[in-house]
Amino acid sequence: MKDSPIVQFLGALGEITLLGLHTLRELVRPPFEWRLTIVQLEQGGVDSWSITMLTAGFTGMVMASQFATGLEPFGASLYTGNLVALGIVRELGPVLTSLLVGGRVGAGFAAEIGSMAVTEQIDALRALGADPVRKLVVPRVVAMSIAMPLLTIMADFIGCAGGLLITVLEVGMGPRFALDQMIASVAVSDVMHGLIKSLFFGSIIALVACWNGMRTYGGTEGVGKATTSSVVIISVTILIADFILTRGLMAIYA
Amino acid sequence: MSGPNERPSPRRDEDSDRADRVRPHEVPGAEPIIRFRGVCKAFGPQVIYDGLDLDVYRGETLTIIGGSGVGKSVMLKLLIRLLEPDAGDIIAFGQNVRDMDGAALLKLRARVAMLFQGAALFDSLTVAENIKYPLREHRWGTEAEMDARVTEVLQMVDLPGVEEKKPSQLSGGMRKRVGLARAIAMKPEVILYDEPTTGLDPINVRRINTLILNLQERLGVTSMVVTHDMDTVFTVTDRMAMVHSKRIAFAGTPKEARTSDFRYLREFVQGGWGTLDEDL
Repeated sequence: MKDSPIVQFLGALGEITLLGLHTLRELVRPPFEWRLTIVQLEQGGVDSWSITMLTAGFTGMVMASQFATGLEPFGASLYTGNLVALGIVRELGPVLTSLLVGGRVGAGFAAEIGSMAVTEQIDALRALGADPVRKLVVPRVVAMSIAMPLLTIMADFIGCAGGLLITVLEVGMGPRFALDQMIASVAVSDVMHGLIKSLFFGSIIALVACWNGMRTYGGTEGVGKATTSSVVIISVTILIADFILTRGLMAIYA
Repeated sequence: MSGPNERPSPRRDEDSDRADRVRPHEVPGAEPIIRFRGVCKAFGPQVIYDGLDLDVYRGETLTIIGGSGVGKSVMLKLLIRLLEPDAGDIIAFGQNVRDMDGAALLKLRARVAMLFQGAALFDSLTVAENIKYPLREHRWGTEAEMDARVTEVLQMVDLPGVEEKKPSQLSGGMRKRVGLARAIAMKPEVILYDEPTTGLDPINVRRINTLILNLQERLGVTSMVVTHDMDTVFTVTDRMAMVHSKRIAFAGTPKEARTSDFRYLREFVQGGWGTLDEDL
């Protein structure tokens, strides 16, 4: 009999948690796999800068357009820059970046590791005396945990720049005044709030994709399924984790 | 050990392959180095083994035969704990594989190597890096010593000069031979072959068969060969074991197999031998 979706979800959560604990254990056991981590940092992080810039820039511009129009009847369009900056730094910067990078990188990780699983390369790793978690999961988790906060900082800057552009053009504020307003509205805790979230999201992307890739079976069809389901699980998990982390961080910073 | 081209291809003996040879299990006082005892394994509702028993003696080549999907390869994976048995014991070199901790398992995997069905070479690494992989994991020696070992094992499988190629640049037969080179790099005492000749042309089949024989005869390696290829069975085997009805239904020499009363086994053997039993 097939398990209910809730049981399946809880089972998956348990397995991902165990994989996370195994990853932590291997992380502190020397020697650290620097070379593999740098390769993943390049593939997962550096290669994701263009999609991050594009997403953040347009999101900032769209937000500014909406706020400028929406606040005008209340005579509050001067606050457009403040709202855009806060929204980007606290929420949309980390979440949108993670969703998009999660789709791109998560699919890549799951497909690569899934292909290794169906061609017995993961079994071969173990047979040759290596730990697949150490060789495949740790470098990806570390790389994404470093890359996501860095990409988020970039998204924050580009998003705010896009918002600033529209604020200046639509609301007619001076660029210096609009920029000062944006800077004044964002506290260090707001930036930290976003960066802490993005660090968790980076780990989630790598862990879920690796977990799904390693349990792939059924040839190329299985790889396709693992890739698709990884993107779905990563997206849903990021949204759920975002809510939990936001509530937690708000409680801490309050 | 020389390359396969320096040695005449093995030929089947009409009555009993390699019949003149004293088989390792026939040596007085021979003790098995690997024992499967009451092994049970299931994948969900599908039961693969239900009380499987088998002994493997030092220095012998044991071929495992059986129908598709009966779990022949599972036996190899259980032995080096790529899979966990549900019940029963697997004793290797006097130690229960189920009770081994990380360090003991690492030692076992240095003593028992496996050639996977599709060779399972790492796509992103060169041939040399693939072969060095187990050497690095087991801290085998210096970089220069590892380079020398790579050259040596590639010569053993008659593939000199392919060190810098990627697996995608090799043919199926060459990939299998590189897989074998990687397996023997650590000088294992036991080699597990999972369908070593499947999908290969006759020349490569003969090459692989010769390599299996050479490793046994010149280095004394113990081999477990899972195969469907009866030509391979009769060329390399000392003993053969048939997996049927979730157990080892037969274990014996090729001669005993051909004269067995077990109809399913005869069907298998004679199918490969090229003569049809009218009773079937």
